[in-house]
Amino acid sequence: MTAASASRADAPRVGSAYLELEGISKSFGRFQALLSVSLAIHRGELVTFLGPSGCGKTTLLRIVAGLETQDAGTIVQGGKDVTRLPAIRRDYGIVFQSYALFPNLTIFDNVAYGLVNRHRAKDEIRARVAELLKLVGLPDAGPKYPGQLSGGQQQRIALARALATSPGLLLLDEPLSALDALERVRLRGEIRALQQRLGVTTILVTHDQEEALSMADRIVVMNRGHIEQVGTPREIYETPATPFAADFIGKINVLPAIAEGAGRCRVGTVSLDIGRMDIPPGTATRLYLRPEDIGVHPNGAAPAGRNALGAKITKVEFLGAFCMVGLVVEAADMPALTANVPRHAVDAGGFEPGAAVGLTVPPMALRVLI
Amino acid sequence: MAAPAAAISVPPAGKAVRPLVHWQDRLAQVLLVVCCATLALFLLGPLLMILVKSVQDKDGAFVGLLQFQEYMATPRLRQSIWNTLWVALVVTGITIPLAFTYAYALTRSCMPAKGLFRVIGLTPILAPSLLSAISFIQWFGNQGILKGLLGGIPVYGPLGIIISSIYATFPHALMIVLTSLLLSDGRLYEAAESLGTRTGRRFFTITLPCAKYGLVSAAMVVFSYTVSDFGIPKVIGGNFSVLAVDIFKQVIGQQNFNKGAVVSLVLLVPVLVAFIVDWIMQGRQQSQFSARAVPYAPKRAPWFDGAMLAFSTVVAMLLLAVLGMAIYTSFIKLWPYDLSFSLRHYTFGLVDGGVIDAFFNSLKMAFLAAFFGTLFIFGCAYLLEKTRGLPGTRALIRLLAAIPMGVPGMVLGLGYIFFFNHPDNPLNFMYKTLGILALSTVVHYYTSSHLTAVTALKALDAEFESVSSSLKVPFYKTFHRVTVPVCLPAILDIGRYLFVNAMVTISAVVFLYGPDTRLAALAILNLDEAGEIGPAAAMATLIVASSTIVCLLYALVTRVLLTRTQAWRRPALPI
Repeated sequence: MTAASASRADAPRVGSAYLELEGISKSFGRFQALLSVSLAIHRGELVTFLGPSGCGKTTLLRIVAGLETQDAGTIVQGGKDVTRLPAIRRDYGIVFQSYALFPNLTIFDNVAYGLVNRHRAKDEIRARVAELLKLVGLPDAGPKYPGQLSGGQQQRIALARALATSPGLLLLDEPLSALDALERVRLRGEIRALQQRLGVTTILVTHDQEEALSMADRIVVMNRGHIEQVGTPREIYETPATPFAADFIGKINVLPAIAEGAGRCRVGTVSLDIGRMDIPPGTATRLYLRPEDIGVHPNGAAPAGRNALGAKITKVEFLGAFCMVGLVVEAADMPALTANVPRHAVDAGGFEPGAAVGLTVPPMALRVLI
Repeated sequence: MAAPAAAISVPPAGKAVRPLVHWQDRLAQVLLVVCCATLALFLLGPLLMILVKSVQDKDGAFVGLLQFQEYMATPRLRQSIWNTLWVALVVTGITIPLAFTYAYALTRSCMPAKGLFRVIGLTPILAPSLLSAISFIQWFGNQGILKGLLGGIPVYGPLGIIISSIYATFPHALMIVLTSLLLSDGRLYEAAESLGTRTGRRFFTITLPCAKYGLVSAAMVVFSYTVSDFGIPKVIGGNFSVLAVDIFKQVIGQQNFNKGAVVSLVLLVPVLVAFIVDWIMQGRQQSQFSARAVPYAPKRAPWFDGAMLAFSTVVAMLLLAVLGMAIYTSFIKLWPYDLSFSLRHYTFGLVDGGVIDAFFNSLKMAFLAAFFGTLFIFGCAYLLEKTRGLPGTRALIRLLAAIPMGVPGMVLGLGYIFFFNHPDNPLNFMYKTLGILALSTVVHYYTSSHLTAVTALKALDAEFESVSSSLKVPFYKTFHRVTVPVCLPAILDIGRYLFVNAMVTISAVVFLYGPDTRLAALAILNLDEAGEIGPAAAMATLIVASSTIVCLLYALVTRVLLTRTQAWRRPALPI
């Protein structure tokens, strides 16, 4: 399943493959950080490495940068084999979570740091720095010191510094993790807009699924040193390829089930239409169901149709735009379910704890993983 | 269709990736190896020579442990071991509670003039250990005005060694305990208070456990210092024999270098034990001071503050009385008969006698040690912490950098004789030059300096070097544009530390000076032996004055740096 969906997602989308990783493995002592990871990244796209801490995403990024050396595997960047090249001879700009701005240099000197070394003319450097500062929305920051800027501003400067030498590849290592929630959302939009404007191939490492979903052209879901799934944000969310991918991105209900044949699965004592015929009867499977895909109808009024169930509300948690509703399907020997119901629907009544409701589960919304 | 397909696939059985090494990385690695070799040469070389000499007789023939047997068979030498240990234990037992209470007053009370008390508490560091011995002789010696207070017990002997050592070790203990008390988390006390914990219980459940590692560390430092110190027992010890003086007598008095090597190995044992205890304790210490910790802010408590003020005042007065007596002695004609003011100890005693050259030698040597020592120590720490590759060499450097703390100066100095005086050593020409004195001083005080450098470097963002290489900037450019400017306060601190210690040290250099390279602290020893207490005090005063000037300069330069060139430091750094 993984291989199939990965190869589908690998089909040329934005451009030809710019960065090709083949069989990258890395271990630290007895800890296997990466297990033969292969991946192709296209010119101009933004790919995020998404996964929990310790999944190997940062190690993979550092290997791409040449800051770590893989035990095995090859890296081809822009048609050139860079596998054995030291970091200083590779072509990339990098931004770290800690910003890593030089505290004793002004913002101007920070941004110009890589330019000065290339013996450009002074006027040229000045013009380029001004252009970059404008690009990141801080045109007047030049004479200040990093300590005088906010975290978000510092990260913008770090971005400008990384872009100064016009690298072919931009690496972002959890760039937003040190910022507060509002600043994080704002900066993530800015980085994405900037990346699209410049068309620079970008890898973003993050453990924040929302960040990955909102910014990426494609998401690489990683877990314990290997790739679980590669795909667009929609593909990852709507058709997770593995239980891990399903569980890690967004909330999801997991229902252990047994295939009955004829496009149906049994969950507890309930038989559900799963909308696909290809699963042999008797196979133990699990059904994955997003909370917003469950239709909840107050006053026990389940409309007639496929996959209609009667349930009871156990709790209602107010979350702003919608409410999270806890449900038990009575006498069905089924795990408790969570559904999302828009606030206005809840306001209309019939969603008190203990109330009987009707549920509908669209067969297309059920994701079957074995 | 198994889900984690990628996890099952085995890495291709290809050969391991061998990265190309950039010439800049190669350069850094070569420099690192050079640093490691230098450290090994000037630290391990001399120490190995001691081991070799201890199993040889005077003619260089191998005799195994025979000399150790002879040593143990000599009652007087055996007595030295016991003397050395019990004196050091008594000094430790008195100094640590004193320093702890003083530090407690500085951190946990609201008494006034804390800054002043802190400075007074640290003043003994500026003086050679001999100064306290001279001063106590003036107070309690044969002509001392307070001689009666001792009730007939002569100050020459264990008593004098103990009080002089307490004075000399007090600031070292104070600094360590002060740091550990300052590092405690104010939130713990707030939590305890909100739970209604009484003051006494708070002291035993929060304060002491937090300061425990600092106390052990301070105790080990005081113990090692007292065991290794040679100046104090030499001047005030009378006939009371201790190991450090035994080494001196064997080597200088009897020219029996091999016996000296044996005694120095015996001396090495207690110091090494203290060093290892400290090492183990530090290893156990978990970081108690998280980034979110809040410094403790004491509240007013009239009785407690008053008691602390009284205690600190008494201690400060005593410290000043010791320093003051030495300075006073240098400015009067003849203690205690003619107390009129006079500069004759300086003019007649030092300048006319040509002894003043020793002072200038000391200044030159201290500058050499401070300049080249800082350069090497910081450079080596930088290469160690901020470059990549050669893990084995790095581990070796870490080990080598830790060793000098556990080696008494006398032992190191004796090793240097064996090593540099060896006819086959191409470095033989260095023997008895200022260069070897500076070198031995840097090696002797390497550990603390190294730790200061490493701590400063670790406080920098670990990714500066990664960013630089992504921007194609060579590491040495980032070193001089970023690392050095940001670490400048720590670099100056190392320089100051080396300078002050180079001015006061005698133990390592007592074997290494020549007729033209006698140092000020050694001159004090000679003057004292000749009964010239006035000029000896004058020389000690000059050392204190020059060290004070360097410390004031350091404070001034650091302040100017922090306010002007390091403008970026003003707002709280997010790093």
